[in-house]
Amino acid sequence: MNHNEFDVIIIGGGITGAGTQRDCAMRGLRTLLIERSDIATGATGRNHGLLHSGARYAVNDPESAEECIKENMILRRIASHCVEETDGLFITLPEDDLGYQQTFVEACRKAGIRAEIIDPDLARRLEPSVNPDLIGAVRVPDGSVDPFRLCAANMLDAKLHGGQVRLHTEVTGFIREGDTIRGVHTRNRTTGEEADYYAPVTVNACGIWGQHIAELAGVRIGMYPAKGALLVFAHRVNNRVINRCRKPSNADILVPGDTVCIIGTTSTRIPFEECDHVAVTPDEVTLLITEGAKMAPALSSTRILRAYAGVRPLVSADNDPTGRNISRGIVCLDHEIRDGLKGFVTITGGKLMTYRLMAEIATDTVCRKLQVNKTCQTADTPLPGSEERSYEAVAQKIWETPSMAQKAAAARLGTRASSIQTHDRLDEALICECEEVSVGEVNAAIERLDASTLTDLRRRTRIGMGTCQGEFCACRAAGLLAKAHGCVEKERDDLANFLQERWKGNFPIGWGDTLREAEYTQWVYKHVLGL
Amino acid sequence: MKLQEYTESKHNFEECMKCTVCTAYCPVLQVNPRYPGPKQAGPDGERLRLKDPFFFHYALKYCMNCKRCEVACPSDVKVADLIQAARIKYDRSKPKLRDRILASTDFMGSLARPFAPVVNGVTGLGVTKTLLDATLKIDRNRTFPKYSGRSFERWLSRREKEQAAFPEQVSYFHGCYVNYNFPQLGKDLVKVLNALGVGVRLLDKEKCCGIAMITNGMTEQATRHAQHNVAVIGKAVAEGRKVVTTSSSCTLTIREEYPNLLGVDNAAVRDSLMIATRFVFEKLERGATLRFRPDFHKKVAYHTPCHMEKLGWGVFSEKILRMIPGVEFTLLDSNCCGIAGTYGFKKENYAASQAIGAPLFDQIRTINPDVVACDCETCKWQIEMSTGYAVANPISILAEALE
Repeated sequence: MNHNEFDVIIIGGGITGAGTQRDCAMRGLRTLLIERSDIATGATGRNHGLLHSGARYAVNDPESAEECIKENMILRRIASHCVEETDGLFITLPEDDLGYQQTFVEACRKAGIRAEIIDPDLARRLEPSVNPDLIGAVRVPDGSVDPFRLCAANMLDAKLHGGQVRLHTEVTGFIREGDTIRGVHTRNRTTGEEADYYAPVTVNACGIWGQHIAELAGVRIGMYPAKGALLVFAHRVNNRVINRCRKPSNADILVPGDTVCIIGTTSTRIPFEECDHVAVTPDEVTLLITEGAKMAPALSSTRILRAYAGVRPLVSADNDPTGRNISRGIVCLDHEIRDGLKGFVTITGGKLMTYRLMAEIATDTVCRKLQVNKTCQTADTPLPGSEERSYEAVAQKIWETPSMAQKAAAARLGTRASSIQTHDRLDEALICECEEVSVGEVNAAIERLDASTLTDLRRRTRIGMGTCQGEFCACRAAGLLAKAHGCVEKERDDLANFLQERWKGNFPIGWGDTLREAEYTQWVYKHVLGL
Repeated sequence: MKLQEYTESKHNFEECMKCTVCTAYCPVLQVNPRYPGPKQAGPDGERLRLKDPFFFHYALKYCMNCKRCEVACPSDVKVADLIQAARIKYDRSKPKLRDRILASTDFMGSLARPFAPVVNGVTGLGVTKTLLDATLKIDRNRTFPKYSGRSFERWLSRREKEQAAFPEQVSYFHGCYVNYNFPQLGKDLVKVLNALGVGVRLLDKEKCCGIAMITNGMTEQATRHAQHNVAVIGKAVAEGRKVVTTSSSCTLTIREEYPNLLGVDNAAVRDSLMIATRFVFEKLERGATLRFRPDFHKKVAYHTPCHMEKLGWGVFSEKILRMIPGVEFTLLDSNCCGIAGTYGFKKENYAASQAIGAPLFDQIRTINPDVVACDCETCKWQIEMSTGYAVANPISILAEALE
């Protein structure tokens, strides 16, 4: 067997691709995942990180709601180190119709979501940051999920099952024989190296970019990019998810995740050309703060860390060219049936919450095509790192008296925290002080999680995600990367790119302490380090 | 309010620019690698603790609460408050018997005072020190402050009428040390203020300010003391009197720690409470005069206690000392003496405590003064024990120089 031949090639290193690779690999297939950039760079890493209970969809989209609550319960089991079981509230404010609450709760119950109407007083006690003027509250099993961690854990498990991953590698075309896709042409975007890979089935799991990949394969999918903007606040204002109990609208979800909380989102149709360069506008920032402060008044005076936007991959449910019939549900297209193109499957639509189900559906399709008769195990097998229920348990098992950084590592890596090397005191030194990331943890990410740039490291370790936004950690981590790659020149460019990328997120909210800090960062890098 | 017009956070932790100046100034971090340092323990750790109290780290107990981090911070982050508030909120370990004994300064004082000669004799014995070291982990090298047979309160209450005769009155928050251990300082203050035409009164039964209770995890008791003290000080203030002190740490506690750490509102009394040297300085600025002994001569080296630096008032003590004819004045470098109240008495902190103080002790030996001046009683014990030089409150030096 040739080294570039596989059973299935998956294009796209978002959560759908990673989940599909894991499922395929667990069913014994030889898998290759190709991603043109890094893991979770598209919609996967650009959302709230909300572990939906499904309540948000219960009234308008009961099917999605049911999928959500089922997957919610599964992720609590299989991805404990990526999930925070925070609970959530749907609050009714004086300007909202309290009548909607009843409709909402009934719809939740029908979808199998535990939704409990609670006294506003209890809501204020459970979540002190909530707008005290609320007139109604419903408790639902929302939570938060770290999409980067989830994506990395899926990919790691795929690798543990023999899967291969090529990051920073672009699909430049398909190897086609008649009506069959046989493989892909690729180019490594860092080295320029070109390579061909072969497999009887290729899965297109590229989110909004899936339309382009489909075009390369010669088929058409109708996708409609919708931009959603979000703001990250510099610390956790709330410890439970807060939603507005009304018809889904702009800026009505506030999610506490790790050391921050995130308000979002907006929804704007954008042209395809903008997908790679979405920017957050001043109007969006104003809208997010205004609406956010209605749910948690403290947001009006809480430091904002950055603004970012993602692109939802909305798909027309059938071949409707007008795009009116848009689905937020899962769309799995077997192009052999749909277009007569063999060996090509597209998995799209859906959401972060339902990635595992999407992967299961896609893998079922792949297995059917390959005539492999294996059942899906992903709903019951914990991801690597999630073998313990809580980070307290993890920390206790590994260390007698864990340091602050070790506790933080246990929360980030779960049981995999035990794989962090601590040969000497240097390994325990901190790279990132805001998020408590040690040298050992960064080195582990470079060695075992395919991190080759600072931005890759950020997604795997949270360096640069804290209040200083890379001010101190970036140059330290750059040192480790330069050492690992044996190249200082390249790393200097990487460092500059990283800081530029951090500034991009600071810019739309560039005032107050965040601006002060950004100026300080510039002073350090430009004037002291001469970058 | 306009959205995002300003931002706020508990003890200003979000103002932190990560400049790390606090870490460079932290005396503990220089000598104890187990301490995470003020930035990590304070603003950095706070973000994690907001996520889950699990991220609270026991090593925060190594913080001496000297507040040097706060003095150094260019962004007004209340670093030490963050650390102490986290200990109050999250530390579930109960204070040990030793910590309770060390922290209950007025209770111990009232117990020991009637038997002062015996107690002083016993605590001075080597065998007692060895025993305390072994049983309670109070370091054997420490010298306990001596107890006085007569309390200051009793001394002053006998002079009530005489003091009431002065045209102006102040109330005096003397603190435990003056009351039980060293009434002479209180007497010195009375002499100085009387010379300025000011009579001195007691408060309506003050209690220990509670600083040692705060740092030893006895928050409830400290809060009760705070409420009581704010009430009795409030009574004096309402009657139109200023309240003076001679201990920088008591002063800082009542002015800053009560509202910031214990949540006890002191707005009505905060500005009326001040250290005596500031009160004297302001009097002299407004034209009051003092008559000095012509033959007074002393080489004085002034050590600014950390809490005095935090108050920003070291300058008043310095000015008073410089003004005394015959004083040859040296301002010692800004260093922590290392004792930090009860901190240095604990066996586990002894080595760190002495290492922190070493630069200060060296400088004192080099200067070789007649007396070291300092507004803090625990600094006094530490410097006297570690250098052998006598330490006196600036008020006592001033009293001695008066005619």
